[in-house]
Amino acid sequence: MTASAPDILTFDLGSVTVREINRTLHGLAAGSSVEILSPDGAHNLACGLTVPISVRIEGHTGYYCGGMNEEADILVNGHTGTGVGENMMSGRIEVTGNASQCAGASAHGGLLVIGGDTSSRCGISLKGGDIVVKGKAGAMTGFLAQKGTIVVCGDAGEGLGDSLYEARIYVKGTVASLGTDCIEKEMREEHLIQLAALLKAAGCPDKPTDFRRYGSARQLYHFHVEHAASY
Amino acid sequence: MNASSHVPDGRPQSALFPRSVIAEIQRAADEGIYKIRGWGARRPLPHFDDLLMLGASMSRYPLEGYREKCGTDVVLGTRYASKPLHLDIPVTIAGMSFGSLSASAKEALGRGASETGTSTTTGDGGMTDEERGHSRLLVYQVLPSRYGMNPRDLRRADAIEVVLGQGAKPGGGGMLLGQKVGKRVAAMRDLPEGIDQRSACRHPDWTGPDDLKIKIEEIREITNWEKPIYIKVGASRTYYDVKLAVKAGADVIVVDGMQGGTGATQEVFIEHVGIPTLPAVRQAVTALQEMDMHREVQLIVSGGIRSGADVAKAIAMGADAVSIGTAALIAIGCNSPRYESDYQKMGTSWGYYDEYQAGQDPAGITTQEPELEKRLDPVRAGHQLANYLRVLTLEAQTLARACGKSHLHRLEPEDLCATTVEAAAMAGVPLAGTNWIPGSPVG
Repeated sequence: MTASAPDILTFDLGSVTVREINRTLHGLAAGSSVEILSPDGAHNLACGLTVPISVRIEGHTGYYCGGMNEEADILVNGHTGTGVGENMMSGRIEVTGNASQCAGASAHGGLLVIGGDTSSRCGISLKGGDIVVKGKAGAMTGFLAQKGTIVVCGDAGEGLGDSLYEARIYVKGTVASLGTDCIEKEMREEHLIQLAALLKAAGCPDKPTDFRRYGSARQLYHFHVEHAASY
Repeated sequence: MNASSHVPDGRPQSALFPRSVIAEIQRAADEGIYKIRGWGARRPLPHFDDLLMLGASMSRYPLEGYREKCGTDVVLGTRYASKPLHLDIPVTIAGMSFGSLSASAKEALGRGASETGTSTTTGDGGMTDEERGHSRLLVYQVLPSRYGMNPRDLRRADAIEVVLGQGAKPGGGGMLLGQKVGKRVAAMRDLPEGIDQRSACRHPDWTGPDDLKIKIEEIREITNWEKPIYIKVGASRTYYDVKLAVKAGADVIVVDGMQGGTGATQEVFIEHVGIPTLPAVRQAVTALQEMDMHREVQLIVSGGIRSGADVAKAIAMGADAVSIGTAALIAIGCNSPRYESDYQKMGTSWGYYDEYQAGQDPAGITTQEPELEKRLDPVRAGHQLANYLRVLTLEAQTLARACGKSHLHRLEPEDLCATTVEAAAMAGVPLAGTNWIPGSPVG
């Protein structure tokens, strides 16, 4: 651990462990700034943060980067592995590159921004968080998503919004196919306002009017035998 | 074999199509939907009742009943956790959700467990303040649905249980029908009130044991490597599942046999998926022994534990502790004759009530109806559970002393024999009066 610039702590994963870094991050006061170098695909970096600190990771990370984040602002200058920002509660995580599968899984709050593309099951079981994907999103995006919003500026893969509950999905590009009980819905003023705010927060130049909205048809909210073919 | 039998009045009855099967076909034809219910498997299965304990005589030296010490404590989570759980008795309370159970029932379970120095467990839907407040030792479940999952509750738990499945439905998810998804339950699960709520069967952010290893490390990082991490599996391919759970980094493995209960599951699932508790224990212990992890990774066994004899036999087979669910609910008032008139109005009777999914439990346990919940006094019910847990412990101690053991964990397979060929083969202990263990070795 070194102080590379005034008030910025710098860690190099070539010389310290993930455990040492996380332990230090968990003890920092609000307002602290941290830089992590040479992550080299390390798993579980900067997970479980609880206060508004700023963490910048220079390079690619492995699984669960920023997992269960609360309050912290995490920037990954690189690609991330499975489950970036999983179950995050609040704060912001931005990935400049691509994110692997299950990005933002079950996130309850906060904003996850993916600068490139993301793989399958982005926003699976989403519970209130917001996700903005500047590139493409893979298959089963928003599977079982309950609350919150997923924005895809590129194309979406097969089975979009399968078994969706009350989460909203906005897609600018093409949708390969919709999942069970997911339908396209009217884009009303309230949705344009919400989408504009999210795009602005994520730093996207896209126009809200270029997007289409998808949501739950709410036909599977109660188990009926006449829906058996859908299950 | 003659494929018919006779009912008491002398009329022939088909063995393939007895009245119960005919009635189910008629019900299916009428309703067009499979049957959903609570409780666990009803079918007869080889179980701990088919094992006997070999008390001391000439070749063994017994301990004096309720005089000489017979220890019952157990420490769970010694492999990696810096703060393992120290339990006074090796009987824990299994995970049951707030939602499936009322808040008063969860409080009662916490009270009873705390009074006897053992742990209770959350369930799908998250941790309530009442449950945390009344549970001295609380295990927090991380389930596929992640309902109510948050890092603050992870940190205020005493241990964490990653649930892959349960004995009543290995490979299945869960469901909480809309009548039990009230305002508070819905809010905790981030779902609309009153919908039939599906609990996922797969975790959202990992897909296999290699992933799970990383997931567990994430949880350890978030909780400062303090909490024991359990992995719970429904019994099916238990030998392999236990080996993979060890590889994934479990401190404790919970194996739930197919007799384990459920709040609501398809009956066809309850009765036809998984393996009984008896062979599951043997497979789990063999797997741990082969990896030189027996006792280092602790084993908790559940699925049909009812008496101190079950406790003693499970431990003799190699378990470190057992877990109870259905029996705990009965202890706090489920299926009590006190509510017989209510049961009869529902077309059933005490001892038969298993409509946990319906949310109309007259005992105030498997319900979210405020008026029904008022019937359950959590203080009184907690004492009842504590009494029951004490009886289980005393019974297990009695049997252990008779086998000459000064601690329950000194019981061993050598203290057991089986009364049936099936039980002998499944449990891996000799048929009574012989040194014959039928079947091929596990693994």
